[in-house]
Amino acid sequence: MIIQDSDPSNIARLRWQCRRGMLELDVLLEAFLKQHYVALSPRLKRHFVQLLELPDPIIHAWCVQGQQPEDEAFAELIASIRATRVA
Amino acid sequence: MALEKQRFDTLILGAGGAGLNAALQLANADLKVAVVSKVFPTRSHTVAAQGGVNAALANVLPDNWHWHMFDTVKGSDYLGDQDAIEYMCREAIPTVYELEHNGVPFSRLSNGKIYQRAFGGQSQNFGGEQAVRTCAAADRTGHAILHTLYQQNIRAKTHFYDEYFAVDLIKDDEGVVLGALVLNIATGEPLLIESKTTLLATGGCGQVFRTTSNAHINTGDGMAMALRAGLPLMDMEFFQFHPTGIAGKGMLITEGVRGEGGYLINQDGDRFMEKYAPNAKDLASRDVVSRSIVTEVRDGHGCGPEADHVMLKVNHLSEDVIAKRLPGIRESARIFAGVDPVKEPIPVFPTAHYVMGGIPTDRFGRVMPTSEDNGAHLPGLYAAGECACASVHGANRLGGNSLLDILVFGRLAGHNIIDYVKDNGAHRPLNEAAVEQAMGRLQRWRTKGEGLTVSQLRNEFRKTMEDHAGVFRVEEMMAEGVEKVRQIREKLGDVRLTDHSSTFNTNRTEALELENMIDVGLSIAVSALHRKESRGAHSRPDYPKRNDAEWMKHTLYWNEGDKLDYKGVRVQPLTVERFPPQERVY
Ligand SMILES: Cc1cc2nc3c(=O)[nH]c(=O)nc-3n(C[C@H](O)[C@H](O)[C@H](O)COP(=O)(O)OP(=O)(O)OC[C@H]3O[C@@H](n4cnc5c(N)ncnc54)[C@H](O)[C@@H]3O)c2cc1C
Repeated sequence: MIIQDSDPSNIARLRWQCRRGMLELDVLLEAFLKQHYVALSPRLKRHFVQLLELPDPIIHAWCVQGQQPEDEAFAELIASIRATRVA
Repeated sequence: MALEKQRFDTLILGAGGAGLNAALQLANADLKVAVVSKVFPTRSHTVAAQGGVNAALANVLPDNWHWHMFDTVKGSDYLGDQDAIEYMCREAIPTVYELEHNGVPFSRLSNGKIYQRAFGGQSQNFGGEQAVRTCAAADRTGHAILHTLYQQNIRAKTHFYDEYFAVDLIKDDEGVVLGALVLNIATGEPLLIESKTTLLATGGCGQVFRTTSNAHINTGDGMAMALRAGLPLMDMEFFQFHPTGIAGKGMLITEGVRGEGGYLINQDGDRFMEKYAPNAKDLASRDVVSRSIVTEVRDGHGCGPEADHVMLKVNHLSEDVIAKRLPGIRESARIFAGVDPVKEPIPVFPTAHYVMGGIPTDRFGRVMPTSEDNGAHLPGLYAAGECACASVHGANRLGGNSLLDILVFGRLAGHNIIDYVKDNGAHRPLNEAAVEQAMGRLQRWRTKGEGLTVSQLRNEFRKTMEDHAGVFRVEEMMAEGVEKVRQIREKLGDVRLTDHSSTFNTNRTEALELENMIDVGLSIAVSALHRKESRGAHSRPDYPKRNDAEWMKHTLYWNEGDKLDYKGVRVQPLTVERFPPQERVY
C-alpha cells in the first residue's frame, strides 16, 4: 500500500508517533507536526518520518540540545523543528 | 464481528524497564510471553532517566547494601517497608551485574569497573560521608537499559504488541485475572489477550498535574485498571515535585542552575527565598522551595499575565558560565519558554515528577488486595515499576532508586511468575460478562453529538489537581479539590469525541487516558486530604510535623465510594536490625 503524504490517516499515525518517552520531544514534535508538516516538501516529509524512527536521545540531542546531525540531510529539517513555536 | 482472542502464559502490560526486565526472565525460561505497549517499547518513559541506577558496588568509594538500605529508609521518611527495602538494596547488586552481562553499555572507570556517580541522599556508614552509588551509562542510562532489554527480548522471542492500548483487566467471579482487553491503535480493533498470569508495568501518572516533567504517555492507565478491577492504590498522596519546571510546560530546569548562583524572584523582582529560608535561600530542600514558589503565587506575587509562576534569574551570570556549566539550559529555555536566559529570567513553577504510591505489592511483585497484612495476594496478578508500590520509596524516593525499583522488582516478578505458571498450567474459563463490560468502555466513546471535548475537560482536571492536590496542601482547599474532581468525574459523561475514525485515533486514546487520569487523580486528592501530618513529599502547613504515633501507616484507597483504609508499615527487615524513626535532617 502506498501511503500518501496528505492522507489524513498518515498524519494520524505520525501524530501518535510523536508520542515519545521524553516530554520535551512530545511537545516539540507535536507542535511541529501541527504547524509545519503539511507544508513541507516531499523530501522533508520523508526525513520527518525517518526522524521519528530514531531513538529519543538522538532526536533530543539534535532538536533540543542543538547538536549537528552527522547526516547532513537532516540538518534542514532539524533547523525548522528547532524554530517551531511552542511557548 | 467476533472478538479476536490470543492466549499466552503471561501478559505484560507495559514495555518500560520493569515490563521488559520481567519479560526477559520469562522468555528465557521458555514461557509464552506477550508484551503490550501503547508506544514503541524503546519510547517508554524509562528512556528519559539520564542520571542512573543505584547499587552499592563500591567501585569508587567504600559502600555496602546495608548503608544503601539505611539511606533509603531515611529518605522514605520511615514510611518504606524495611523488608522490601532490604531486599531491593541487596538485589541491586546482582541486578546491575545481570544488566551488564546482558549488554548494557555502562560507562567505565579507568580500572574497567562500572562507573558510579554521587547523588543526593547517599551516605557511607549510616549517615556519614557522601557515598558514590549511582551506576551510569553516560547521560543515557535509561535509554541504554531499555534498548538492551528490548534487543534481548527480541532474541528470546517475546511477542510484542506495539501500539496497542490496554483497556481493562478481565476477571472471573472468583476475582482471578484472566488477561486483558487491548485495542490496536493502528486499526481501532479490540483484541482479547488471555493469560495465566498478568503483570501491570504501565509506569507513572505525572500527567494528572498541569505542570509535570513526565511524558504525555504517563497517564496512570494501569493504576486506573487496578482500581476498576476493585483493587486499592497505596500511598498515592506521596508525589515528588521538582521546584523548577518550565512554567506551564513542566520540563525540568536542573537544581544546578541555582547551585551556580541562579535565584528565584517574584513579580516585584524580590528574591523571595530569603524570606522563607534565610540561610539556605534558593538552595533549600526541594519541598521547601516548591512550597515557597506556590505561596508567592497564591499571595498574588506571581509573574506573567495570569500571575501564575515565578522567575528563575540567571542573566546576572556571564554567557560563558551559562554555556560552560549549564549546557542545555539555554536551549531548553529558548525552545520551551521562549526566553534566552542570558538576557531574561526563566518562568518556572513546581513540576510533578514521580509518584511514590501505586498498586500495592509484596516484594515478589504479587498484588495485595486488602489492608490485612497476612500475606494475602491475588493469584496470578503482579505489578512492578512506577505503577506499583512495593513500598521501597515510602514518602519520598531517592534519585537513582526508581530505575533500581523497576529493574529489581520487574526481575523478581518474572521469577515468581515462572514458579506460578509451573503450578497453574491451565487457562481458566473466560468470563464473558467481564469481557462485555470492558467492551462497554470502548463502545461508550462511539456516542456522537455535541458535548465537551476531551482537551477541555483534561485542562480543567489537570489545573484543579495542581491547585488543590499539588504542592500546597491545606484542609479547606483540598476538600474543595476533592469535590471539584468528583464533579469533573461526573462531567466525563458529557464528553464527546470530535474524531470517530478508526485508524490511529488519538482523540479516542486520549479519552480513555482521561478516564484513567481522573480515577487516579481522585485517589491522590482523597488520600492527601485525609493524611493529617507532614511526611516526606506530603507537606501540610496545617499539620507541619511528622506524627509517627498516628501516621506511620500506609494509605489504601478504593474508588468505589472513595473508600480509605490503612495498614501498618513493615518495620522489621529480613536479616538485620530495624532502623528506628529519626528526624530527617540532611
Ligand atoms: C525526566 C525524568 C528523569 C528521570 N531520571 C531518573 C534517573 O536518573 N534515575 C532513576 O532511578 N529514575 C529516574 N526517573 C524515574 C524513572 O525514569 C521512572 O520511574 C521509570 O523509568 C519508570 O519505569 P516503568 O518501567 O515503571 O515505566 P515506563 O518506562 O514509564 O513504561 C511504561 C510502559 O507502559 C506502557 N503503557 C502505559 N499505559 C499503557 C496502556 N494503557 N496500554 C499499553 N501500554 C501502556 C507504556 O507504553 C510503556 O511501555 C526519571 C523520571 C523523569 C520524569
